[in-house]
Amino acid sequence: MTSLKGFFRGKTAIQPIWIFVIAIFIFFSFMSEYFLSLSNITNILVQTSTIGLLALGMTYVMINGNIDLSVGATLGLAASLVVGIQPLGLTVAVLAALAAGIVIGAINGLIVWKTGVNAFIVTLGAMIGVRGLIFLYTQEQSFYATNFAFADFGASTIGPIPVLAIIFLLCTLVMHLVLTRTGHGRNTFAVGGNPEASIDAGIRLGRHMMINFIIVGFFAALAGVLLASQMGAATPNLGRDYELWTITAVVLGGTKLTGGYGSITGTLGGVLAIGILRNGMNMMQVPAFYVLVILGAILISVLIIDKKLNAPSTKEVRI
Amino acid sequence: MNPSQGNAVQRPPIDAEPVLRLAGITKRFPGVVALNSVDFDVRPGEVHALLGENGAGKSTLMKVLAGKHKANEGKIILGGEEMEFENPKHAKRAGVVLIHQEQSLVPEMTVAENIFLGSLPKKWGNRVDWRKLREDTNKILETLKCSFQHDDLVGSLSIAKKQMVEIARALVFTPRVVVFDEPTASLTDHEKPVLYDVIHSLCDQGVGIVYISHRMDEIFHLSHRISVLRDGEYTGTVNTCATSEDEVTRMMIGRSLELDHASKPSEFGDNMLEIRNLSVKRVFEDVSFNVRKGEIVGMYGLVGAGRSEVAETIFGLRTPVAGDVVLDGEVVNFRHSHDAVAAGIALVPEDRKDQGLILGMNCRDNMTLAGLGTVSSMGFMKGSAERTVYDKYQQAMKIKTPGWRQKVGNLSGGNQQKIVIGKWLHTHPKLLILDEPTRGIDVGSKAEIHALVKDLAKSGYAVLVISSEMPEVLGLSNRIIAMYDGRVTAEFDGDSVSEDELVQAITGMGKPSPTAAVTG
Amino acid sequence: MSFLSAQGILVFFLLGMVVFSFFSEQFLSQSNIMTVVRQASIIGIIAVGVTVVIIGGNLDLSVGSLLSFSTVLVVDLHDKIGPVNAILLMFALTLLIGAVNGFLIGFMRLNSLIVTLAMLSAIQGLVLIYSGGQNVDIANQQGTWFAFFGRGYVAGIAVPILLFGLLAIVVQVVMSYTGYGRRIFAVGGNPMAAVYSGIRKNWCVFSTYLISAFCVACAALVLGSRVMGSQNNVGQGYELLVLAGIILGGTSLLGGAGSIWKTVIGVLILGFIQNGLLLMGYPYYIQWIVTWVIIILAVWLDLANKRKRLLTTHS
Repeated sequence: MTSLKGFFRGKTAIQPIWIFVIAIFIFFSFMSEYFLSLSNITNILVQTSTIGLLALGMTYVMINGNIDLSVGATLGLAASLVVGIQPLGLTVAVLAALAAGIVIGAINGLIVWKTGVNAFIVTLGAMIGVRGLIFLYTQEQSFYATNFAFADFGASTIGPIPVLAIIFLLCTLVMHLVLTRTGHGRNTFAVGGNPEASIDAGIRLGRHMMINFIIVGFFAALAGVLLASQMGAATPNLGRDYELWTITAVVLGGTKLTGGYGSITGTLGGVLAIGILRNGMNMMQVPAFYVLVILGAILISVLIIDKKLNAPSTKEVRI
Repeated sequence: MNPSQGNAVQRPPIDAEPVLRLAGITKRFPGVVALNSVDFDVRPGEVHALLGENGAGKSTLMKVLAGKHKANEGKIILGGEEMEFENPKHAKRAGVVLIHQEQSLVPEMTVAENIFLGSLPKKWGNRVDWRKLREDTNKILETLKCSFQHDDLVGSLSIAKKQMVEIARALVFTPRVVVFDEPTASLTDHEKPVLYDVIHSLCDQGVGIVYISHRMDEIFHLSHRISVLRDGEYTGTVNTCATSEDEVTRMMIGRSLELDHASKPSEFGDNMLEIRNLSVKRVFEDVSFNVRKGEIVGMYGLVGAGRSEVAETIFGLRTPVAGDVVLDGEVVNFRHSHDAVAAGIALVPEDRKDQGLILGMNCRDNMTLAGLGTVSSMGFMKGSAERTVYDKYQQAMKIKTPGWRQKVGNLSGGNQQKIVIGKWLHTHPKLLILDEPTRGIDVGSKAEIHALVKDLAKSGYAVLVISSEMPEVLGLSNRIIAMYDGRVTAEFDGDSVSEDELVQAITGMGKPSPTAAVTG
Repeated sequence: MSFLSAQGILVFFLLGMVVFSFFSEQFLSQSNIMTVVRQASIIGIIAVGVTVVIIGGNLDLSVGSLLSFSTVLVVDLHDKIGPVNAILLMFALTLLIGAVNGFLIGFMRLNSLIVTLAMLSAIQGLVLIYSGGQNVDIANQQGTWFAFFGRGYVAGIAVPILLFGLLAIVVQVVMSYTGYGRRIFAVGGNPMAAVYSGIRKNWCVFSTYLISAFCVACAALVLGSRVMGSQNNVGQGYELLVLAGIILGGTSLLGGAGSIWKTVIGVLILGFIQNGLLLMGYPYYIQWIVTWVIIILAVWLDLANKRKRLLTTHS
């Protein structure tokens, strides 16, 4: 595995998305003098931390062969809860918000496990329903943080680095280690790659699915809490369309929708790619609209390149 | 591998207390009794073959044994102890391992992770102990003399190597009984001896082997005893050295099967198909042959020799880099299967379930799928015309279904294959290509399909039969094209060719191996 | 068999109607029913097209953005180049985008979920670029026959309902009774076997996206004409409502099975839930929670059905 093939494949492979990340990073460094500064780079990390946290959980769920469309709504619910319950104490509020995420994840996981229904359908339902719960709880009102410690936390730094960025990077590291080093992580791959074989091997499929849905629910809630502290507020529509951005980032990072393949390092690349693109184009004063088009184009290009790279064109029947 | 060779090495039965005994196993599914009070035992160091037509209950019996199904009645006695297996892992830990027909590996994981799937060695904190995993894996790979590494991705291995991984997996918990379910179905003749060696060495260690297969030559080559199931009932056990293929066949189907080798078609017309120097990059090269009207041409070769690929190229599914396909005097070189069908080519593909049928569709709709134009007018389907077509072929081929509304996924393999053939007969093709037409189907349907193919040729069809079963090729073909490693190595007269000549031609013996065509 | 499970949904539907009618006398009045169906017609028209895509074995998440695109386009162009040209151009461009989807998924054989997700984002961007982020409207709302599509009546029935009904019937007939429909079912059921049967799979998949885009264009006509203006994100979230309706109706997302009737029933269930809850005095967002519960129940019931079937017809 020393050949060029080994460059993109095998255990020590370099993921294509990182080449892309480095390329656009260099590109924007030349295009804008403000881009390459410590404050801007930490800024990018803070901006990406929300989608990033969602994407960490989503990577697990997708490697497991499922998908979760309800992350945006869960984020919204957690944000509203953490701001809304603040009068009862900050700790209670944060714990309640995180618990809500875990419960929603557990419900999704339980239904997917027990009914065997496609996770796409189950979490689509949850996405609509949880948004209803937010509106029910908030009565369509936006909440503003009354606890200043909470709002300050979102803007605090350790040395020059924002706390939010540190939390995101720490979570990424932990999730990477869990996925690559633990029994749960490896079994997540096994279940996504070949569920039948996993059952025969005595792997408890349902348990791993449940855990992964709970993980994604937890991270969605965590992202919601942090986003609320960053904004000092929560709106009932917070997190809308985030599921689409999250899936985009995870797919860009090389995780397969069919399950059994993917990595946290790839996902980090995918998240950063989106973050750098948004930030860099903003620096170049390109209207935000264009980012949508460019992102769509990139996503499709990635699919085409992946197809061309991995297609054993002559060995396969042309259908 | 010469099938007659198998009869030479028959093993006497081993006298020992059985390591495993199944007594009075009954398994009912709603509406059917899949197994009715079946007895079966395996002695240590013995290969016990289990035979039966499709649907006879072999797989169900083995699933009961391996803990996938629970029997309604009966006992499983392992080493003198009555067991009740809750799940496959439980059975595996007790020493009963099933090696699957369908491969149950995770392609994106390494060999080591696959072998220890579900039982990865752990350190504290649920962390995987990679060092122990590597060492344990290497130990197992050494005993099997495997040529691949512990950290190879399983998805990149050949089918034979994947099978070795499956076997390696069986060795994780010192097994007492190993069940092989059709293990050679996807192996080439080169790879089979490796499997046989593994089976022999397991026997030497005192492991009991249950061997399920359709191939008589293998069974007679390997086994000590043979047990037969018929319609969920146990029909008996015989010692391999004291029985014959005829007797076993009789036990399986309740009558003796006589393959009629003398009724081949004999009147041929002009060339229907002519292949001129056809090549597909990295698959096959410089293939030329012809098929006349009314003639059956057999294409014989090992799996991977490029036979199916030639058929797919004729059918417009692959793009040749050189050469021509000539149909009925016209150079055609189809770009799409649609054009091939329109021009009168029919392909009964190798993989019935993936390529031949829409399993979720009913029998009638599958039957008319390739000829929708003939059962519709102005684009609208004519229900009555469809029924007529379905009834015609259902009766002509004696397809057993509860009715045309039945989903084909619920039919047996033989009946499914007849639906695929019926689908193509309905298009009234000029050229019928059958790729492994009787693979994995029961003996009765097999004979019916053989008779049908001969009748079709006699009525003027040009027929190309691809097969890796020598009796089938010899019994059907007027001429035989032998392929090896992407090339046509010889052409024989179907009536006068000897088995040895055929084997030589398809294994590349006596000829320098072609270097240009690289497969794999 | 599929008829039976469709009836299961129907029973569910009628039961719900009875319950609602207990709580509100208005609910079963003719005018209320017409209102509900009319409101459901936009989602319904799109759902008809997406059902075809799903039967063909793919997904279309881009319909929401495409609806924004088409509506903004037809409304904006109405005053600039006249209603006839606006409608023609809108249909042409919508079909063109459908063709891009179809090309990428049918001929390039890319994953439909990701492609249409990317298109969702890209089309939304195009709308914003086109409109410069502004909302558009038609200046002279009284003096144009364009109002016919959203506000008109023929024989006492609202035009959106007629359009919805007509499309549903035509597409249902095409899917059930033509060779084309049979091919789509085959491609969705087993694409490989379809190709081995001489079916032009790529064209079939391509065509389903044209049908989907055509339905979106029809929906845009109704929406633009009813509102006589358009926000630049008017279709946001429609893709998921449409899917919810289709799933409620009981069409499997796996492809190769399903029917337009099921979808029509599913979309109407969504509409009646919304309306019934509003009439009972609940705020609009309660319907979202109820939809969640019903989707779970529906898939659960469908599953129970399938389990029973698996057990009775042994395989």
